[in-house]
Amino acid sequence: MNNSMTMNGGHSPEEVHSVRGYIFVFIALLAGTILTVWASFIQFGSREINIAVALTIACVKAFLVAGYFMHLISERKMIYLVLGFTALFFAGLMGLTIWSTSPEGMVHIQHVP
Amino acid sequence: MSAYLNKFPPQRDDDHAHEHSHHDPGFWRTWIFSPDHKVIGIQYGLTSLCFMLFGFFLMLLMRWQISKPGVPIPVFGPLLEKALGSAAPHGALSPDLYNSFGAMHGTIMVFLAVVPLAFVAFSNFVIPLQIGAPDMAFPRLNMASYQAFVIGGVIMLTSFFIPGGAAQAGWTSYSPLATMIPTDGQIFWLVGMVFIITSGLLSAVNFIATIIQLRAPGMTWMRLPFFCWAQFVTSFLILLAFPPLEAAAVMQLMDKVAHTSFFLPTGLAVGGQLANVSGGGSPLLWQHLFWFLGHPEVYVLILPAMGIACEIIANNTRKPIWGYKSLVYSALAIGFLSFLVWAHHMYLTGMGTKVAVFFQTTTMIISIPSVIILTCFLISLWGSSIRFNTPMLFALAFLPMFGLGGLTGLPLGFNISDVHLHDTYYIIAHFHYVVAPGTIFALFAGIYYWFPKMTGRMMNEFWGRVHFWGSLIFMNVIFMPMFAQGMAGMLRRMADGGANYSAAVNSKAGADVIGGLSNNIMELHTWILWGACVLGLVQIPFIINFFWSIQHGKKVDSGNPWNATTLDWQTATPPPHTNFPVAPRVYRGPYEYSVPGHDTDFTPQNEPPK
Amino acid sequence: MDFPYIVEPRRDTGLYNAKLGIWLFLASEVMLFGALFSAYVLLRVGAEPGMWPHGWLNVYIGTANTIVLITSSITTVMAWVSCKLRQYGRFKFFHALTILLAMTFVCIKSYEYHDKFMHYEITLANGKFADGHLIERSKDFDLARQTGSVTIHGHEVDQEVELMDMQRPEARHIQLEEITIPATEIKKMERYGPWHHTYLAIYFTLTGLHAFHVICGAVVIGFLWGPGSKMWHTDPERFTNRIEVSGLFWHFVDLVWIFLFPVLYLL
Repeated sequence: MNNSMTMNGGHSPEEVHSVRGYIFVFIALLAGTILTVWASFIQFGSREINIAVALTIACVKAFLVAGYFMHLISERKMIYLVLGFTALFFAGLMGLTIWSTSPEGMVHIQHVP
Repeated sequence: MSAYLNKFPPQRDDDHAHEHSHHDPGFWRTWIFSPDHKVIGIQYGLTSLCFMLFGFFLMLLMRWQISKPGVPIPVFGPLLEKALGSAAPHGALSPDLYNSFGAMHGTIMVFLAVVPLAFVAFSNFVIPLQIGAPDMAFPRLNMASYQAFVIGGVIMLTSFFIPGGAAQAGWTSYSPLATMIPTDGQIFWLVGMVFIITSGLLSAVNFIATIIQLRAPGMTWMRLPFFCWAQFVTSFLILLAFPPLEAAAVMQLMDKVAHTSFFLPTGLAVGGQLANVSGGGSPLLWQHLFWFLGHPEVYVLILPAMGIACEIIANNTRKPIWGYKSLVYSALAIGFLSFLVWAHHMYLTGMGTKVAVFFQTTTMIISIPSVIILTCFLISLWGSSIRFNTPMLFALAFLPMFGLGGLTGLPLGFNISDVHLHDTYYIIAHFHYVVAPGTIFALFAGIYYWFPKMTGRMMNEFWGRVHFWGSLIFMNVIFMPMFAQGMAGMLRRMADGGANYSAAVNSKAGADVIGGLSNNIMELHTWILWGACVLGLVQIPFIINFFWSIQHGKKVDSGNPWNATTLDWQTATPPPHTNFPVAPRVYRGPYEYSVPGHDTDFTPQNEPPK
Repeated sequence: MDFPYIVEPRRDTGLYNAKLGIWLFLASEVMLFGALFSAYVLLRVGAEPGMWPHGWLNVYIGTANTIVLITSSITTVMAWVSCKLRQYGRFKFFHALTILLAMTFVCIKSYEYHDKFMHYEITLANGKFADGHLIERSKDFDLARQTGSVTIHGHEVDQEVELMDMQRPEARHIQLEEITIPATEIKKMERYGPWHHTYLAIYFTLTGLHAFHVICGAVVIGFLWGPGSKMWHTDPERFTNRIEVSGLFWHFVDLVWIFLFPVLYLL
């Protein structure tokens, strides 16, 4: 398997021939797109639900692209570590920044009349 | 391309044969457009040292102005007036010019001098050698990084000469001031930053990939020299913390050029008039994105220095470093935690108690691994046989100087004391102690230490000691008084050095005016000015020593003049094109000094076991 | 010393050098776009109630662009599979499609940008607002000198807030018509550029940066399709790795759009 003269160079034969799998992911992505557009026209009552639905569908689509098109699902520990820490720090950046600037994170000045 | 496709002739490690090999690339490919990590490391090193000298010079002009506001600067004043016109009236600095020098001194020192030298130059030269690799993982990308760095630097320097002058809103470039100052210098700053950040990102990718993939057989993670671990963590900080600043720089550029309001609040008034912008933006957003990088940035400044100090201390104590594992885990902990502390730079932005407590706590926690690292180095000195050569002198001085700088950071980490000390000279003293007699001392140590590896000759020991003692004494002369000034309430970035504040005191003789600065505090400015001048003079022997020794220094008779254990010293000085004639095999850890039962007091990593 | 792991992967990591390199670079790109998304959230949450726009972008055009990118993703994967199976002709076919789809995306985006730049919000002298796409300016139109008139295809509202939420049910009943406004009645006239509202600022910045990545990715894939494909004949495995690495970048560009589309167009 380490011989650079092999046709696959480190990828298993099963992976290479999973073209059918890729087509399936493609169709799933198209379906997800139609679904998310359709769901955005539904009035759920509160905007928050629309946001949650849209982001959930986006996350599923992202998982499909990253997992299958980018082969993440068959990668090893090294890449998972790098991406895991990245995800953590991104969450920290977004979460802490929004918390710090939200009304509960800021000092309230009372105007004395 | 040919660099790594070309197989080095077997069993031949004399340079002479190599020079006559068939692929003579010529001057341009050897010294200017070279993908060889050693050449790129030297290019980065020389360029960043030039920027450091320039940044130092800006500081000298500023210190004159602070000490003697409005007095024309001797020698350079007329030159400034000729070059910059009304910005330097009669050879003195106008307040706007002072502000631009202040902003550019910070920017140049941090992004164009210390980071390229500590992180990029040393990593480039040393890492492949220390891990037993023929070059970096991506040599051409390496070359592109250097070119992007130079372009960014040139853009920054050019900004001094455009109408309106260079960026003037501090190295922190806070909005809305940065956007509203009527100069295009801010645009140059932002574009320059984008180039510099891109250069840093590409280097970080290169170093991480190299350390992970190109370690020689037998070089396990826990056999890596601590220098490599330190640069590895630093690379991750650069990789993940710089992009938010790049995003923020793009947004601030949009604010300036496309008149967006990313960081401009509703109701912003400039010069008494409502600004013609959409509003709806947030100045705090800039601060969060800036400091998200800004804090990991300071660990980018110190971790490589700790790595360099470790190598030199181990080598010159002839003992293994105490607590290798603690060092490694502490470096990893610092890397991780550094992403979670940034808002301790923002205690005065109206943050609520919960947020302040969170950041205060993470800040206190991160001081622990820093102290662990320093303690391991100190314990390593116990019972050792210290060789007091120039690199070791600098590495030893690094310890208490960094200790002082780090400890003076503690009152700044606490919200309650930082409220008093924020934006005062105390902060300037704190961070200069960690970077100037801290990091820069370790960098000097590294230059003296690896000079023979680069050139095959030693630097002069006597002048090295002159450089050392002069730098040590006068850096303290400059920065120690600033703690007192800061605690007395002297604020940063005042073009007149606080003269207006001192006038408030002296006009009411005997009265206790809050915020006023006494004569004693103001007189320290004179000390600091002369200290800075002598510090500058003391660098001259270093510069002469450096260039003179390339041709006339004492020649080294082997590849390992320091009798060191790490792989970088187990090949020729200077190393041939692909570093090692045959890929080394590693059998032991990096600091096997004075191992009982061995003939010599050091056992190289690649020496086969008996 | 031979340069290791350019083609064959290192055993303990399972990676060849360039693959690790591109993933590291993509991690930094996650932080870059992540910071912009954080900015979006902060700006939206911090906006005055009711003054954050909804429905300012054409959903159908955005959906079309989404489908274009998703299709380009599958063609990218198929190009790599073709390389792996040593089918050079099919590789050329699939990546030609990828490049065409990339150009389609950029064209559609340009049309959208142009549409925004033709869209004006006019503050009238009587305190009301007119809003619509520019049809024509009269030849003597000069706002400073108050001469001439401007004709837009749009509608008039009493308050600016009525221009914000275009997703509300009432918005469907808005009649757009041709309105001619003399310059004397115009207090301020501003097009829907990035300066007009922070929503547009973040929209143009996010999609602009994304489009820049699309163009760069297309250039790299174009190079590998054209002059760079020479390597296929000398070192096909290494060339396949280059196709994989550039493909990973392309998928990332698609990933960013998967989040951009709902966030900017639908919510």
